[in-house]
Amino acid sequence: MLENNDPAALRYVGQDVRREEVVDKLTGAATYVSDMILPGMLYAQVKKSPHARALIKKIDTSKAEKLPGVRAVLTGEELPYKLGLYVVDKDILAKKMVRHYGEAVAAVAADTLEIAKKAVDLIDVDYEVLPPVLNHMDALAKDAPLVHPDLGKYDYVQAAFTPIPGTNIANLTKIRKGDIEKGFAESAYIIEREYTNPSVQHVPMETHVAIVQWGKEDNITIWSSAQSPFTVRNLFCYAFKLPLNKVRVLVPHVGGGFGGKAGIHIEPLTACLSRKAGGRPVKFQASREEEFTLLPCRSALTYKIKTGVAEDGRILAQKMEMFWDAGAYADYAVNVTRASGYSASGPYEIPNASVDAYTIYTNKPYGTAYRGFGHVEFHWGIERHMDLVARVIGMDPLEFRRKNAMRPGSITITGEEIMENTGNVLACLDEAAKAINYGNLTEAEKERERKTGRKIGKGIAALHKAPAMPSFTGTMAVIKMNSDGTVNVNVGLMEIGQGSTTAFQQIVAEVLGFPLEKVKVTVEKDTDRDPYDWQTVASKGLILTGNACILAAKDFLKCGYDVAAQVLRANPADLAHDGDKIYVKHHPKASVTWESLAVGYAFPNGNGIGGPLIGVGRYIAQGLSYLNKETGQGNPALDWTYGAHGIIAEVDPETGEYTVLKVASAFDVGKAINPGMVRGQAVGGMIQGLGTAMCEGYIYDGEGHLLNPSFTDNKIPTAKDIPEEIEIIAVETPQLDGPFGARGVGEHPMISVAPALGNAIQAAVGAELMHMPIRFEDVWRALQKKEPIDNWITKTPAGSCRSDPATRRHSPDSAIMP
Amino acid sequence: MRVKLTVNGELYERDVKDNKTLLRFLREDLGFLGPKEGCGAGECGACTVFMNGKTVNSCMVLAAEADGAEIETIEGESKDGMLSKLQQAFDRNHAVQCGFCTSGMIMSARELIRIHPKPTVEEIKEGLEGNFCRCTGYKQIIEAVLDATGQLDEKEGLKYAGK
Repeated sequence: MLENNDPAALRYVGQDVRREEVVDKLTGAATYVSDMILPGMLYAQVKKSPHARALIKKIDTSKAEKLPGVRAVLTGEELPYKLGLYVVDKDILAKKMVRHYGEAVAAVAADTLEIAKKAVDLIDVDYEVLPPVLNHMDALAKDAPLVHPDLGKYDYVQAAFTPIPGTNIANLTKIRKGDIEKGFAESAYIIEREYTNPSVQHVPMETHVAIVQWGKEDNITIWSSAQSPFTVRNLFCYAFKLPLNKVRVLVPHVGGGFGGKAGIHIEPLTACLSRKAGGRPVKFQASREEEFTLLPCRSALTYKIKTGVAEDGRILAQKMEMFWDAGAYADYAVNVTRASGYSASGPYEIPNASVDAYTIYTNKPYGTAYRGFGHVEFHWGIERHMDLVARVIGMDPLEFRRKNAMRPGSITITGEEIMENTGNVLACLDEAAKAINYGNLTEAEKERERKTGRKIGKGIAALHKAPAMPSFTGTMAVIKMNSDGTVNVNVGLMEIGQGSTTAFQQIVAEVLGFPLEKVKVTVEKDTDRDPYDWQTVASKGLILTGNACILAAKDFLKCGYDVAAQVLRANPADLAHDGDKIYVKHHPKASVTWESLAVGYAFPNGNGIGGPLIGVGRYIAQGLSYLNKETGQGNPALDWTYGAHGIIAEVDPETGEYTVLKVASAFDVGKAINPGMVRGQAVGGMIQGLGTAMCEGYIYDGEGHLLNPSFTDNKIPTAKDIPEEIEIIAVETPQLDGPFGARGVGEHPMISVAPALGNAIQAAVGAELMHMPIRFEDVWRALQKKEPIDNWITKTPAGSCRSDPATRRHSPDSAIMP
Repeated sequence: MRVKLTVNGELYERDVKDNKTLLRFLREDLGFLGPKEGCGAGECGACTVFMNGKTVNSCMVLAAEADGAEIETIEGESKDGMLSKLQQAFDRNHAVQCGFCTSGMIMSARELIRIHPKPTVEEIKEGLEGNFCRCTGYKQIIEAVLDATGQLDEKEGLKYAGK
């Protein structure tokens, strides 16, 4: 809902107001689940598989059970439940077979953490170790071992996904637009490349933690560091076949999520331990190492792109094949595949396009949602490819992007028409380019090159993303007035640091016309008391919940006006209000205070009318549709947020060492509700993107053991790693159905940082990088014209996540390509 | 063993197991929940507190080692309900998102300012290097420290296209 977004008419929207819950966070008073200790609480630990793929021959828990202080021991055989977001493929504890290193095979609840740890050590598991399938390209071979031999028997969401039983393919998403063969036939140039990236860990500072109490008559209370309390409840009840009103999920402050806390994770196991321990509350907090192995990561990707270009630089045809490494379970990876499939071309118009996106099971920790939901990974490919194609055809990469960028009238690869108000990718490209003085070196930069002997390069990359969510995603907001005229706002969307709570406070205060301090939006969530929200994911919260807040505020005002009209004996249409009172427009002295209306108005004789004031706003995504399973045609996008990064990098041509001097990022946010927080999301996401671009990633040995599950071996950016200069620019093309014209920008800053860096490095020294992260040695190797280093699985015969026939055990024609 | 120490100026005396870390002692036994555990291995800095005037990773110190020590935590940072200058600067500059690293970050920032009353950007980066933040990208934290030390003349802020 656009509303009046003229800055002159706005009091709070567009202002840099303080974070609503900031004082609690600044003083250490904010409570996280990891801080909670309940009376009688037990502590859980899990026994984890040391193998990537093995049969469980026997589990002996007898010694653990005898340890004093142990209150419950569980193995998979006791738990007849299956979990899964879209493909129901996961047991709570592994049964008969383990499918990845670090998978839980048994669990203990004990009086103290120390006893629980000791008990886990006393559990003996006999395994028959099997050869794992680690390389997702190898997993496509006809003779590859099956990670899930029972894939054909699993439930799955049929409207959106297509598993292929008898293979390791958990989903295949297809998009077809135009006539791709004709497009290639008409092309002057055809360029084909392959781009890869490994799995990555989210690294929320608070590791996953849950406390569960399985109460009497199956009344279950779950405290969890979850992004999506209603989804935890929903999936929990689906697995245990319980009515939704039996299970209550409470979430206080959350120490970061980034997608890793979006689904359901440790809650069911913790619940089963509580039940077995007679209903005592049980707490399970993952260690940092478990965060890497037991809990999910971001999927690896191999992305093949073949592009046909006309003489004048127009893209005529593009064939895109995505091979997503799901790891051992489908979780979110199938939906990452789907969402990436329909966005696969980046923000460019491709008249003839074909996408085949596979989700492939392997014996590795499994993939889930991670900020950007596949777009960080495939933009590495598409935005490196745009540069490489431009170089091949002899065109400037920015000019090539501008020529093919989406603009009003363009048609996406799923057949959606782009409008003026969809957003402006050209403006984002131009702003980012201008901010880095793209295409030229300044005198100071030339001088710096002379002094250091290093080379300075400038790169650009664009991005787009729409929320990946069900086409009918709904949400709600409720506004209740207190007897002093202040209001409480409840929404189901979780605050995980992104600042949406403050944005909603600003929106509600704006529409109500109340001072900000009279509006409180509650951070903590309780599924028994708060209005429904699907999930806190996808950068959809601001639009959907923001609109619900506008509707709730309007509903609230109507509720107040209806009672005031009776008190003032006036037509509601003749009333107006401020933060203190409702009054008759043409007789302002005829007024009644909000305070006197708040919980029911009393006439002088004591007669009451009205009752407590409340406003309810419901909102649902509109006009979206399922995609046709054969062609991918349909309308999946609530909104598109466009953006671009410009990077200046300084590279040592001898050693490949480099420094990021400047990052300039522009996003079409529609309307910056809170500029300081938009900047916070943009800088934070960009730096997280630099981590992905420069150093982060899972490294396995040939047996599938994860070699770097710690901060020592898996570095994330520190304060010392940030660029010398950072500039964030907002483009504001109003979204017609966004609150005050706003659209989401939570994930987007992380997307396309890596290709912008790769493009800058190539511009500086010519290194042709096809794999991210870009470590210094990768630049050096590329400069030596050796094979790009991508040994994210070490010591395997495959040795690589690339699909080059030379480095693969199986030739491409033996692979399953339905 | 018996441990006697002060936390934010108040005296505490407790029996504690030899292998209990100062972090868990503060959190579980004394109820100071501001210091957080992010890794338990001295790598992330979320557990940073002052011990005898210097910052330590409290997950790497045994409670027994802190016998007789003066400990300061985030809970002692604001006085009489007033945020400290540093906390106010963090607030003004949006240096807080999920908040999980904030306690440790403010402790390290205070230590940094103690050593360098007017730190340069490089000194700030060096001083905060041991404190991970996955949300903010550090930029607004650095600006908050500059602000708290009177070195932020103009708030950098979000730029707008065409302006």
